[in-house]
Amino acid sequence: MKSKIIIQDWGLINYADGLERQKKCVQNVIEGAQDHLILCEHPPVLTLGRMTNPDSLLYQRKEIEDRGVMVTNVDRGGDVTLHAPGQLVVYPIFNLNKRGRDLKVYMEMLEEVAVDLLKNFGILAISISGKRGVFVGKDKIISIGVGVRKWVTYHGLGINVNTDLSLFNLIKPCGLDVRMTSMQKLKGHPVPMQDVKSKVIELFQK
Amino acid sequence: MTKIILPELGEGITKATIACWHAKVGDSLQEGQEVCEAVTDKASFIIEAPAPGKLRSISVAEGQEGLVGGVLGTIE
Repeated sequence: MKSKIIIQDWGLINYADGLERQKKCVQNVIEGAQDHLILCEHPPVLTLGRMTNPDSLLYQRKEIEDRGVMVTNVDRGGDVTLHAPGQLVVYPIFNLNKRGRDLKVYMEMLEEVAVDLLKNFGILAISISGKRGVFVGKDKIISIGVGVRKWVTYHGLGINVNTDLSLFNLIKPCGLDVRMTSMQKLKGHPVPMQDVKSKVIELFQK
Repeated sequence: MTKIILPELGEGITKATIACWHAKVGDSLQEGQEVCEAVTDKASFIIEAPAPGKLRSISVAEGQEGLVGGVLGTIE
């Protein structure tokens, strides 16, 4: 997977604006630009895929919005996901035409990066066959959701660094009855976001 | 008539679920336009119209599984 990657840190960015920028980036990579690795955080938002089960939202939409969490429909498959500050969102925009056109290999690479990242912070995590994401015991710590267009990847990892986990009580994440955890919860203290970003960049450049 | 085929997605991946169709039967499509989204247990893959024309049929409906190499729909 060795190749030059353009790193961009978008900081805290509204989900919809981030999605627009991400789409432009995907188009650029399709047209021959170098692979990009985008890091960002989103203000609290629930994104609803087209396969969202109405039961996945545990409160009325208005009630959720009144709590300061935006709810937005997105044109993708899949169920509901949550982003919020403290969750490091990583969007690798990689051209798999140059990396073997194999979704399985790509997903395994993402899971390996996720597990290695956590190992560097003293957290033992695993990926589970047939399940998206990375887990510590039975709790999910990193969500993985990948889209591919013309063999260029988008979306990616949602790493719960210092996420307010109470926000997950609004939903059944990904439509599953799964409990979420964070690096902060497991370590017992907030984890510096910049340290996590630096390690993510290092692992993707390996 | 052109077939919309579920492409090879990776080693050991033999099928995918059609998460959504972005077009309905009768819609005019341009070549390269996104027509549907196939999901494996881990990722979503956008499938594009292989040729311009009208979406004539959908063989694998939303929520159903298609086989790699199999026909998902046709364009005429």
